[in-house]
Amino acid sequence: MNASLFKSIEFRAGVVSVLIFIFLLAVWHALTLPGPAVVTPVAALSAEQAEYNKLMGKTTAANGALTTAKVTGFPTLSQMGETVVKQLENPFYDNGPNDKGIAIQLAYSLGRVGLGFLIACAVAIPMGFLIGMSPLLRRAFDPFIQVLKPISPLAWMPLALYTIKDSSISGIFVIFICSVWPMLINTAFGVSSVKREWLNVASTLEVQPLRKALKVILPAAAPTILTGMRISMSIAWLVIVAAEMLVGGTGIGYFVWNEWNNLSLTNVIFAILVIGVVGMLLDMMFARLQRFVTYVE
Amino acid sequence: MDGFLRIEKLGKAFSADRPVFSDVSFTLDKGEFVCIIGHSGCGKTTILNVLAGLDTATSGHVFMDGREVVGPSLERGVVFQSHALMPWLTVRKNIAFAVESRWPDWKRDQVSAAVESVVELVGLTQAIDKLPSALSGGMKQRVGIARAFAIQPKMLLLDEPFGALDALTRGTIQEELISIVRKTRQTVFMITHDVDEAILLADRILLMKNGGDTNTGYVPGGLAEVIVNPLDKQRTRGTLHHLDGYYALRNNIVDFLVSRAKH
Ligand SMILES: Nc1ncnc2c1ncn2[C@@H]1O[C@H](COP(=O)(O)OP(=O)(O)OP(=O)(O)O)[C@@H](O)[C@H]1O
Ligand SMILES: [Mg+2]
Repeated sequence: MNASLFKSIEFRAGVVSVLIFIFLLAVWHALTLPGPAVVTPVAALSAEQAEYNKLMGKTTAANGALTTAKVTGFPTLSQMGETVVKQLENPFYDNGPNDKGIAIQLAYSLGRVGLGFLIACAVAIPMGFLIGMSPLLRRAFDPFIQVLKPISPLAWMPLALYTIKDSSISGIFVIFICSVWPMLINTAFGVSSVKREWLNVASTLEVQPLRKALKVILPAAAPTILTGMRISMSIAWLVIVAAEMLVGGTGIGYFVWNEWNNLSLTNVIFAILVIGVVGMLLDMMFARLQRFVTYVE
Repeated sequence: MDGFLRIEKLGKAFSADRPVFSDVSFTLDKGEFVCIIGHSGCGKTTILNVLAGLDTATSGHVFMDGREVVGPSLERGVVFQSHALMPWLTVRKNIAFAVESRWPDWKRDQVSAAVESVVELVGLTQAIDKLPSALSGGMKQRVGIARAFAIQPKMLLLDEPFGALDALTRGTIQEELISIVRKTRQTVFMITHDVDEAILLADRILLMKNGGDTNTGYVPGGLAEVIVNPLDKQRTRGTLHHLDGYYALRNNIVDFLVSRAKH
């Protein structure tokens, strides 16, 4: 269009990003090039060895020679491309419990994350307000928060499964427990560090407590609260994959685990990419919200 | 001369054996403009906060209109030293917040009419929909004043409202304040560091002494002198230093600050 577009740092960075991507693909391609096929006379193999080879994925070619070319361990770019196209062509298919499209699995995961996260918001933000406004409560709750916060959310899983007896709800519980701490701590911090002068303005205007909380403290603390929510969401997205691998059934984490059991590395890689992209989108969403509530003093 | 605001034997101690000030008594009549001057740390802000109801005194009482002041109230508008605008609200919404607090059952157009008229009073109509971060220091301070005026308080408490401003802006806003106060016959209590500002604005000037150690032990600060401003009521910034008695008054206050304000 014009010279300034090509000079802008965003544009140049974009070009470099594309180059890096092409370079990575090239490296991948180079490393998975079919090497010289190791041809072993079939006669030299016993029946057991042939069976073993079959299990390991090696095929007996039409000419009777055994080739290992196709299985270097890692899928080639074209195999990867095939999988991506196949998955994206039909993301919603549902062939029973062990074979569902990526979009369905994603929806399960996002549903769990969303639900657990919302419940965590509903608990952490009001609690954070109370703790932030009362020095007494802050001290009283502090030891509990300090002990509970560093526990890996997955450590709760057995307890959750035992008491709740439902793997899906246990997953939601685990998301809840990992999202609640950053939000609680940030809300309490944001609320307790609202500037004295704004509270003084509210007092001299005889603002009622609820109105003060909603009109003064909430907007003043909103950037800090949203930072907490953003941290919570990124942790929740990390945890859901592990949780679903553990409990199985549905979800993107289970999809990864299931495809690993099927020895379909292309599907595993595809799922990894999807997890990354969705995580990025979630983070961008919160960044957008954050910009919306941030104020300049 | 009934003493609209009465301050009786006020004292404040953050540590019991070294009170910041003690035995501070004075009155403000309705429509009077009183300035208080004193060195940093003598307790001016503390007194103002007690008058506002934001802080409590260790001893003594404050009465307004015959009733004791026990907490903050919409009857006393406060202009804070640091303007204290909410940075996430536009000028309009900052002032509307105050108006809605004062008259909760006003309709929206009533509120916006009140907001617009007070914004016009301080000459900020063009900036009404801007955020505080887009305003200069002087403009922010004017919004703070407009917000205090908007609730039509019975009196105004101003804590060094022009402290952060350059001399030129300061002059303009002082004149605005004079004209608004004369128009509305407000009762005003104002802290300042600026002797000329006090002489220009105040009907009476209270001089405050710092607490300090003497050879007979610690003596708390307090009110040292009260000076009635003898200059013509219609004085302006431009004519002030030509008035008879201006230099005598000014020298008296400066002498106090230099030699008599400390123990
Ligand atoms: N919360 C507090 N705890 C302990 N001491 C305090 C507190 N607030 C104020 N002081 C002390 O009280 C004294 C008076 O403070 P104040 O803010 O009223 O002074 P000031 O006259 O307004 O000074 P300045 O002109 O600098 O604003 C100071 O010596 C200060 O150290
Ligand atoms: Mg002060």
